[in-house]
Amino acid sequence: MNLLEVRHLKKYYETHKAVDDISFNIAAGSIFGLLGPNGAGKTTLLRMLTGIFYPDEGEILFNGQRFNPQHHIQHIGYMPEERGLYKKMKVGEQTLYLAQLKGLSKKEATEKVKYWFGKFDIHSWYHKRVDELSKGMQQKVQFISTILHQPRLLILDEPFTGLDPINSELIKQEIFELSQQGTTIIFSTHRMEQVEEICDHIMLVNKGKKVLDGAVTDIKQNFKQGLFKVGLGVMPNPAQMATWHFDIIQTHDKAFTVKLNEDSSTNDILLHFIRQDIPVIYFEEILPSITEVFIQQVKQTESANAPQPIPATPETDL
Amino acid sequence: MKKISLIIKREFFTRIRKKSFLVTTLLVPLAFMAMIIVPILLSTSGNGKKRIAVIDQSGLFENKFADNQEVYFKFLPDQSFDSLKNKYESMGYQGILYIPKFDIERPNGFEFYSNGQANMQLEHEINKRINEVIENKRLEEQGLDPAKLKEIRSEAEVNFRSGKDEKKGNSAVAYAVGFGSGFIIYIVLLIFGTTVMRGVMEEKVSRIAEVMISSVKPFELMMGKIVGIAAVGLLQFLIWGILITALNLVLPLFVSPESMQAASQGASTLSQAETAQMVHKVQDVMGSIQWNLLIPCFIVYFLGGYLFYSSLFAAIGSLANEDLNDIQQLSIPITVPIIIGIMIMMKAVQDPESPLAVWGSIVPFTSPMVMMARIPYGVPGTVPYWQLGLSMVLLIGGFIASTWVAGRIYRTGILLYGKKITLKEAFKWVVKNN
Repeated sequence: MNLLEVRHLKKYYETHKAVDDISFNIAAGSIFGLLGPNGAGKTTLLRMLTGIFYPDEGEILFNGQRFNPQHHIQHIGYMPEERGLYKKMKVGEQTLYLAQLKGLSKKEATEKVKYWFGKFDIHSWYHKRVDELSKGMQQKVQFISTILHQPRLLILDEPFTGLDPINSELIKQEIFELSQQGTTIIFSTHRMEQVEEICDHIMLVNKGKKVLDGAVTDIKQNFKQGLFKVGLGVMPNPAQMATWHFDIIQTHDKAFTVKLNEDSSTNDILLHFIRQDIPVIYFEEILPSITEVFIQQVKQTESANAPQPIPATPETDL
Repeated sequence: MKKISLIIKREFFTRIRKKSFLVTTLLVPLAFMAMIIVPILLSTSGNGKKRIAVIDQSGLFENKFADNQEVYFKFLPDQSFDSLKNKYESMGYQGILYIPKFDIERPNGFEFYSNGQANMQLEHEINKRINEVIENKRLEEQGLDPAKLKEIRSEAEVNFRSGKDEKKGNSAVAYAVGFGSGFIIYIVLLIFGTTVMRGVMEEKVSRIAEVMISSVKPFELMMGKIVGIAAVGLLQFLIWGILITALNLVLPLFVSPESMQAASQGASTLSQAETAQMVHKVQDVMGSIQWNLLIPCFIVYFLGGYLFYSSLFAAIGSLANEDLNDIQQLSIPITVPIIIGIMIMMKAVQDPESPLAVWGSIVPFTSPMVMMARIPYGVPGTVPYWQLGLSMVLLIGGFIASTWVAGRIYRTGILLYGKKITLKEAFKWVVKNN
């Protein structure tokens, strides 16, 4: 079941095509990573998903219905990259106000605020003015005000910038928890580190176009280059390493990174060492990191100036 | 609608809870009262009773100087002027009045000696007393009764009537009321307009705008702010009205009626009767203003003008960037018509039937100020009904149009960061479809 279906979405500005014919689906309850370099069109895309911008063309289906900002906006929580709160307002009032604008009654909003302030242990901030808080603290308040109304779709644009490791971890755990409770999450970033860890599914955009789209595990499989790392008990002499099954990419201390040649299998690598009585301590496949895929793909699209064929991905519901 | 009321409430309550609101709300009536009280206090010099030593060599004045709360005269017949000069202060006097022997036909040689600056109030008190005594003395010599003279004095006055209605007209009062209301609207447009503009800028610069717009429509956000600020302004006017009325009522408790009267007389020599008559006259001509028409018109033009301009100010605010200097430049196209308006208003209040005044009061850019300057001269006397009607219809149409234009600029501008936006670009957003 897809919570969000996007079909041929386009948004052109006078000088450039911010979003140029992008289609994708987001399964309900999944964590969807939207990746792309700066200026790829991520923010424009998100603004269309939140009803801030109208698309020039294409359509968005929210929970199977045609997206209607008036109605569906209540089910969306959006934390924009350009974060902001009313600086002179008290933290408590502010969160109440934002929650009420999302359609909660004052009573509901008060209960939610109490719950979340308790959970984050920030009751003492309630009567403080926003500009008395540090940037990281403000970010926590911002996060809470984004999720107070229990959105079905939570859109986080670069949620970890400006957070220290402890608070990053806290927010990350919260994201997982919300996801388990069924919230669908779009996580937009140009930083890859957390993506692999957090996202089930990613989409890479560059220059307004979709570059690739798929489950994280599938993408890694599709972009793997047949690299393996072999850890050995003793270092063999170079003569012992001559083989047509693999090439040595890198030599480590008592280990090699090797690239498997076509027509060979992983067992051929192991047999090569076993036959020569060189003890194998460990053997692992090296999958490309999303960062590598990202850089490679962005470079390719930039040099070719055309999207690469998108690897086929199974239409699995995540 | 529920969301817009939330926005209005927030704008209203955060503003009225600010210290600055409390300060301006209380300070303005106080400043207003100070404008009335300070001259009074200055003229009476505020040091309590003044003791004046009098050396009267003519012998005409002894016991003829009435003391009052302000001045006390002590006749010292045995002192010489020169010796008293050295010791009057140690004897507790503030000054010496020296009256030489003089010819009743050519009174001169009177001197007042003190260390302080001459005091207008005191000068008036002393001159009045001396002249009264001399006048009475002269009357006596001519064999006339002072009481008789009072009866003879004439105080007739010409009443100016306007032909269109039967009320008494008075151009000075119409001028004052017209100028005052036109000027208040001018101040309101500028101050409230820039308040709206700054509010929008603040939302944009603090980046809350995008969060807000993911919950409410940009138009709701803009209108909520405009209406909220208008409500703050109306509340402030209401409080000022109440405070000024209240202060007017309690004022006499703090300032004695005599000093009030003295202040109103200033350096001139108006008698109590003359003052009373002036007051009566003012009341009379105040009645010549059509208050039941003027006040509703004021509210219409106040709100109409505010809505017309504040939405444009909001649009300009949405174009702001970190560089706040840009905004001054961008707001010129809006402040200039307001300033032209006040200039036409100043002409219109002198000549309310000139073509400039008539057209100025019809075009919505200037009508809130100019029409308010003309209305006190009489409807339908000076301002025919068709002009008033046309002006109001155009103003309402004008603010609908300006809000529409502003909404389109605001919607795009509020989310555009990091780029200097020109008015030309902003205008394209208005014309462009979508």
